[in-house]
Amino acid sequence: MAGEKAAGEKKPGEKKPGKKKTDEKKPAEQKASQKEVGEKKKKIKKHHASRNPVLARGIGRYSRSAMYARKALYKRKYTAPETKIEKKKKEKPRATITKPVGGDKNGGSRVVKIRKMPRYYPTEDVPRKLLSHGKKPFCQHKRRLRASITPGTVLILLTGRHRGKRVVFLKQLATGLLLVTGPLVINRVPLRRAHQKFVIATSTKVDITGVKIPKHLTDAYFKKKRLRKPKHQEGEIFDTEKEKYEITEQRKSDQKAVDSQILARIKKVPQLRGYLRSTFCLSNGVYPHKLVF
Amino acid sequence: VFKRFVEIGRVAFISFGPHAGKLVAIVDVIDQNRALVDGPCSGVRRQAMPFKCMQLTDFVLKFPHSARQKCVRLAWEKENINEKWAATRWAKKIEAREKKAKMTDFDRYKVMKAKKMRNRIIKHEMKKLQKMSSKKGKKSEKAQKSEKAQKSEKAQKSPKAQK
Repeated sequence: MAGEKAAGEKKPGEKKPGKKKTDEKKPAEQKASQKEVGEKKKKIKKHHASRNPVLARGIGRYSRSAMYARKALYKRKYTAPETKIEKKKKEKPRATITKPVGGDKNGGSRVVKIRKMPRYYPTEDVPRKLLSHGKKPFCQHKRRLRASITPGTVLILLTGRHRGKRVVFLKQLATGLLLVTGPLVINRVPLRRAHQKFVIATSTKVDITGVKIPKHLTDAYFKKKRLRKPKHQEGEIFDTEKEKYEITEQRKSDQKAVDSQILARIKKVPQLRGYLRSTFCLSNGVYPHKLVF
Repeated sequence: VFKRFVEIGRVAFISFGPHAGKLVAIVDVIDQNRALVDGPCSGVRRQAMPFKCMQLTDFVLKFPHSARQKCVRLAWEKENINEKWAATRWAKKIEAREKKAKMTDFDRYKVMKAKKMRNRIIKHEMKKLQKMSSKKGKKSEKAQKSEKAQKSEKAQKSPKAQK
């Protein structure tokens, strides 16, 4: 007993976490702990013995609510520190936005709700759809590239207005289409997209290491532009659609930037320039399944 | 009528089967359809082989029937069959066929250009000859010009074959 007391005094800073001591714990130790609290302000209090005497194994004398009162938990309510996620959730999203008044009553500003009430409630509720799995949208599809197509490969285009032309492959874009160039001075094929499936990959490769392709050549750059202004509905619907494609200055400069690098490398290989100028064709006795490309 | 006979020591070319394309020597005849055959220098183990898949070549080796592989090998190397075979037109045709099948698209283009150039040169010389003969009509001059044309033709043939 005395030894225990001495031990308790000697080690004031020792925390005994979660250790539920038996009834042998003396009030003397409590006094000691109080003294020590006075000594070191930041000391953790020692745990009290169980306030719920045991009747039989697994059965205590007092109920949950009685224990709540006995342990004075009404006085000890702690909350965990607020995490970043909870903080973010607390930030209320903007409910309204202020926009300027245009049109007839110009000047001044009006307040507009961002999230509006629905303007239509269906009479029948739509039944809950079954969960599906693995159906990804196009932007998340896995893009594959045939092993025979590497940067610098000469490809033969099979469809489109440039069918039969031999063309140099540069890189695969984000949607999976291949970025390809003639070069323009050789066979009048500009920087263009080609589909992997409609292309024959030959085994002829141009060494394209070190060629820098501008970063802004993406799918959005090559996508066809469509005007959407349905204001004229009385006629003149077809006039606004761009029928004539105009080559912008940016396309010309990009073409020059890429082609100048590639042309230098093409010149090094004998007869390659003439090869790229020629078109691919089949004749009698020539069978594609027997050709080695 | 027949010049190549099945005999002991006849070198044969295997046309189909697992050992297609290899040379073997006939060591012994088993019965009407099969022969005991060995190709120590061409990677064919000593085995029975039907005559149907063999095509006889011009080469004959000297060794007694059922001689063991060592003797066959010695005879083969003495006659230098491998080199002689590579020099025959037969083997060269096979090689040319293989090369043609392996041609890539770029190679086909290069061959097309070479052929075109060659034909142009030949046609040019021919036209010259025809002009000469029609203008002058002298037999001696014609003979001289045709000799020149043949020489230039041979000069063009060799770069094309190197392809």
